[in-house]
Amino acid sequence: MKYLDEYRDSGKAKSLLDAVYKKVTKNWNIMEICGGQTHSIVKYGIDELLPKEINLIHGPGCPVCVTPVEKIDKAVDIASNPNVIFCSYGDMLRVPGSKSDLLKVKAAGYDVRIVYSPVDAVYIAKQNPDKEIVFFAIGFETTAPPNAQAVFLANKLGIKNFSVLVSHVLVPPAIEAILSSKDNRVQGFLAAGHVCTVMGFREYEDITLKYKIPVVVTGFEPLDILLGIYMCVSQLEEGRSEVENQYARAVTREGNIFAQSIMNEVFETGEMKWRGIGRIIRSGLRIKDKYKEYDAELKFGVVNYSVEESGDCISGLILQGIKKPFDCPVFESKCNPEHPLGATMVSSEGACLAYYLYKEKKLT
Amino acid sequence: MNDAKNIIDKLSCPLPDNNYDNITMAHGGGGKMMNNLIDKLFLHYLSNNLNDEKHDGAVFISEGHKFAFTTDSYVVNPVFFPGGDIGRLAVYGTVNDLAMCGAKPAYLSLGLIIEEGFSIKDLEKIIISIKEASDRTGVKIITGDTKVVEKGKGDGIFINTAGIGIVRDDINISPSRVEEGDLILINGDVGRHGIAIMTTRENLDIESTIKSDCAPLNIVVQQLIESGIEIHCLRDLTRGGLGSALNEIASSAKFEIEIDEKSINVTEEVKGVCEILGFDPVHVANEGRFIAFVKKKDAGKAFDILKQEESGKYASILGVVKGKNKYGLVILKSIMGVNRILDMMSGEQLPRIC
Repeated sequence: MKYLDEYRDSGKAKSLLDAVYKKVTKNWNIMEICGGQTHSIVKYGIDELLPKEINLIHGPGCPVCVTPVEKIDKAVDIASNPNVIFCSYGDMLRVPGSKSDLLKVKAAGYDVRIVYSPVDAVYIAKQNPDKEIVFFAIGFETTAPPNAQAVFLANKLGIKNFSVLVSHVLVPPAIEAILSSKDNRVQGFLAAGHVCTVMGFREYEDITLKYKIPVVVTGFEPLDILLGIYMCVSQLEEGRSEVENQYARAVTREGNIFAQSIMNEVFETGEMKWRGIGRIIRSGLRIKDKYKEYDAELKFGVVNYSVEESGDCISGLILQGIKKPFDCPVFESKCNPEHPLGATMVSSEGACLAYYLYKEKKLT
Repeated sequence: MNDAKNIIDKLSCPLPDNNYDNITMAHGGGGKMMNNLIDKLFLHYLSNNLNDEKHDGAVFISEGHKFAFTTDSYVVNPVFFPGGDIGRLAVYGTVNDLAMCGAKPAYLSLGLIIEEGFSIKDLEKIIISIKEASDRTGVKIITGDTKVVEKGKGDGIFINTAGIGIVRDDINISPSRVEEGDLILINGDVGRHGIAIMTTRENLDIESTIKSDCAPLNIVVQQLIESGIEIHCLRDLTRGGLGSALNEIASSAKFEIEIDEKSINVTEEVKGVCEILGFDPVHVANEGRFIAFVKKKDAGKAFDILKQEESGKYASILGVVKGKNKYGLVILKSIMGVNRILDMMSGEQLPRIC
């Protein structure tokens, strides 16, 4: 496989860093939207190599982290049903709900399976006509097309024992929510390369115009991130606010039209609750009426759940970039990967887990 | 034991582990949760002077002779996988654990738990594979047991092997022998076994030619011993991968270990699958890889021996043992030149969402 080592070249990284050092004259707060980028930054130590003027703020772009507790509780309740085969992406299994998590449901003997593609769940439904198969359809714009495809396919094949528990969120409304907040400190964004691969970057052009803020569509490898930071800092230093595309090897302005059309076929936008952040208008996707027989919430009658989130966990503030994981009083003590209190400690894209794995607080 | 317990208490959750009412898959993943189970439950009741060090096997003296004793169970699914099968694994795995104690493996027991309906033809293939593996490693299967369980009560076939090996009087290989300045070597690239298994599981449509690294290590370990190299500690990399092995030794020996990320070899194919699934190759399982802690002056000689092995072109010197550290810490120098912690996996690696 290519596109890995060439984007992890330490010599080229040094040249990019030198360029950033030459460019920067003032303090800047830059938010990387995507948790995958946060993970790379902390894993490779990029934040420690940057000039002190640049403060990276870790954004809310971790789909596992922002899935509301209520949805996890709904997943747990649906999965704790002997007639259900509950299918999920792997890293959702450990996310704590208010009383349990899917790993515990699995350990208690219920059929909870990790699948790698939602379409696999449709085939499980086909092979098990006497069972109800539910797929936990979570994620940003990246996973929305394959999840929509699964519903579309089930409908086309006339498979009735399949449904999806939907918890889809969208990036641009989250960016707008951050920028409209009175506590906002973010001066530039690294947009998530994978989301833009699907959606293109047209929708970010309005944001740069409205809020006069630079947005650089950025990839996930160390050199991608360093170049994204350089491009963002250049805009800030030069007083520009445009959408620029660092991740041109995958992203076009229009995005993947086919993926967008399947998404629009099955889903429509609606208000969505983000874990730790709250409700944001038009920030989520829900199943269109046309496909409502595939909505697991309706099928299993799990509507109107309301849960208080853990008082100790500050993941909401972390996801908004107001606090960092080390600011949390229960980081590593009451909350760690074995017993996470919040999803940011669970997901491979969660900021708290990245800090736990790679940073040295435990030495201090 | 008490020290090990203290370290784990410090580094992990103060809440009692019975937070889990049931065993989860993560309790068997070779990471922190499994180590907690061993420390807080098994060793809590069963601790003694021979199992305290949590080495791959126990070394004891009887009638003036030094022996190593170990046991391991094999539950791999699928039972036939690219590069090996459960039979070969059951011999090599236990032989390798003995080799890691510096022992010359001699005898194995063979316990079979077979599910009703399992194909006799497949069973014969497994037994032939066990014969070939025991011939290759020079061990004899001298006792055994067979149990059959009802359909649905087992997953095809499970195998347990226990092994006895003979240790030379002058050999003392264990985490307590690790010293400041020791160099750490590895005999090849990492991650092949775990990825070979992952890619053959039916629900993952990744076409690959990755074969398990499943191989015996006793021959190369004997070569290292006979060449007079001062070996302080050996550990084979199984579940939990290189990351867990380094952390286990660092915490038993209470040293800081520094590893250079550039020296960890991963083949392009393994790297590719890991990228797709969001796995870190340092935490992926192996079945034919080990790390050796040797006196610095002998590292060159040890490296030359490892180089001649089948997987030798990927052998490398991984890093060095730094000073004492009460937590037993593994530091990874990233390819960008920044130091970070290389921790033990928490539970299982779960495939990421995107």
